[in-house]
Amino acid sequence: MSVANAILQGIFLGAFYAVLACGLSLMFGVMRIINLAHGDVAVLGAYLVLVIVQGTGLSPLLAFVIALPAMIALGYVLQLTVLQRALKAGILTPLLATFGLSIVIQNLLLLKFSPDVHSLGASAGALTTESWNLFGSISISALGLVVLAVAAVVFTVLHLFLSRTRPGWRMRATAEDPDAAELIGIDSRHVYARATAIAIRSVFDPVSGPTQLIFAFEAVVIGGMGSLWGTLLGGLALGVAQTLGAQLNPEYAALSGHLLFLAVLILRFGGVRLVRFGARA
Amino acid sequence: MSLLAVEDLDCRYGLLQAVRGVSLQVAEGETVALIGANGAGKTTLMRAIAGAHPPHAGRVKLDGTDITSLPAHTRVRRGIALVPEGRRLFAGLTVEENLRVAAASRTGGRWNVQAVLEVFPFLKPRLHMPAATLSGGEQQAVAIGRGLMTNPRLLLLDEASLGLAPVAVDAVYRSLADVIREGMTVLLVEQDLGRALKVADRVVCMLEGRVVLEGEARSLDRDRIVNAYFGLRRAAAGGTGA
Repeated sequence: MSVANAILQGIFLGAFYAVLACGLSLMFGVMRIINLAHGDVAVLGAYLVLVIVQGTGLSPLLAFVIALPAMIALGYVLQLTVLQRALKAGILTPLLATFGLSIVIQNLLLLKFSPDVHSLGASAGALTTESWNLFGSISISALGLVVLAVAAVVFTVLHLFLSRTRPGWRMRATAEDPDAAELIGIDSRHVYARATAIAIRSVFDPVSGPTQLIFAFEAVVIGGMGSLWGTLLGGLALGVAQTLGAQLNPEYAALSGHLLFLAVLILRFGGVRLVRFGARA
Repeated sequence: MSLLAVEDLDCRYGLLQAVRGVSLQVAEGETVALIGANGAGKTTLMRAIAGAHPPHAGRVKLDGTDITSLPAHTRVRRGIALVPEGRRLFAGLTVEENLRVAAASRTGGRWNVQAVLEVFPFLKPRLHMPAATLSGGEQQAVAIGRGLMTNPRLLLLDEASLGLAPVAVDAVYRSLADVIREGMTVLLVEQDLGRALKVADRVVCMLEGRVVLEGEARSLDRDRIVNAYFGLRRAAAGGTGA
């Protein structure tokens, strides 16, 4: 029973990683940019929510609704001003640019908010602490359920966007062949800006932190670079691996996640393709 | 006035000069075939007209308006569509998605998915399959259809028969003839001289980046074209044949 519980908790955790990772996956899939500032942008979003909550006394959910358009706009501007220039200069430059961006955001936040730990938990009420027990040993937390629901919604909406709408087709077309996309009238700069805006919107999660970035990266790699559903499965697999590892010994949580990641890397380099997915983000 | 006018165009790849002072005109409703050996600069010229290769010098005019500085995606909106060499379909998208992703945002215009299927009826059963699973001829048809979906005034077609079985080439050219008959202005690159002469009103032959021969497809004598194609006359005059 404790194994079943560990798997369930792993799925909750993995859903969180997947939500964080899908923005990374999208940016890599469409633009081949590895965004090292992804985690910091997520934290920036969380701080924005915190400021709104403390300043106005609104509930975190309402604050989130207000902060969302601001973050989307930030993503769009960030792409057109910083990343677009970096993209022209080769593969390494966007990596350096996002690394610099990461440092800038971290230090600005440090300057403004001090290194103290902040939590939205208090204003979110019972949501963060509530949980139910099933069969005595399986516990389901309300926050876990919310994260899982958010993951389901984010991935479904993203999938529908990419497979059913014209902006989504344009994004996939640009991802496959930006040169040919230009030749049928697609302005790649705006597609890229839109992808970044979506990526930033989707990392927006009040419990994330820059240290989670590495887990998000692992989720992306485990699922296959640039594959949307692969990222979801990768995140879930990583979460389950971590909680199962923790079942053996709490110290093994991060380790078992890394081991899964390494195993996937080795299998990939051995030419074995474990997962192939039709819908590539 | 001609629909497309290219004036003294120079294109370079670093130190290599691929197109040297080319001037060219295509009138509305005309079909012009660009011929020449490999490396003559045909593809570079096509890409420069479409805006995919920034020229070193010279001008490209559409309907008298200078469009030299416009990026490719803006030129599509003005009415230039290039069907690139090697087809360049979006492999992960279905045939229908490949077509519809190119549809002009403004409504109206002759071309939509239905119209493309009328010209290429053999695509109908393939509509919901990923483009990568199609045969070469079918892929070429999708590539041309994708170009048509932008409702172009000028269709640029680069090596439509490249790597296709003769049967497939026939099918593609039969459909292309329908498109031309409806009044489409076409500038195409074709390696097969016989086919080029058959489909085009006018032929322009390039050699080493320059236009060496230009004339009505009907009136040009085949030997003269072959000479221009391989640069034989020049070689004979210089006394050192390659």
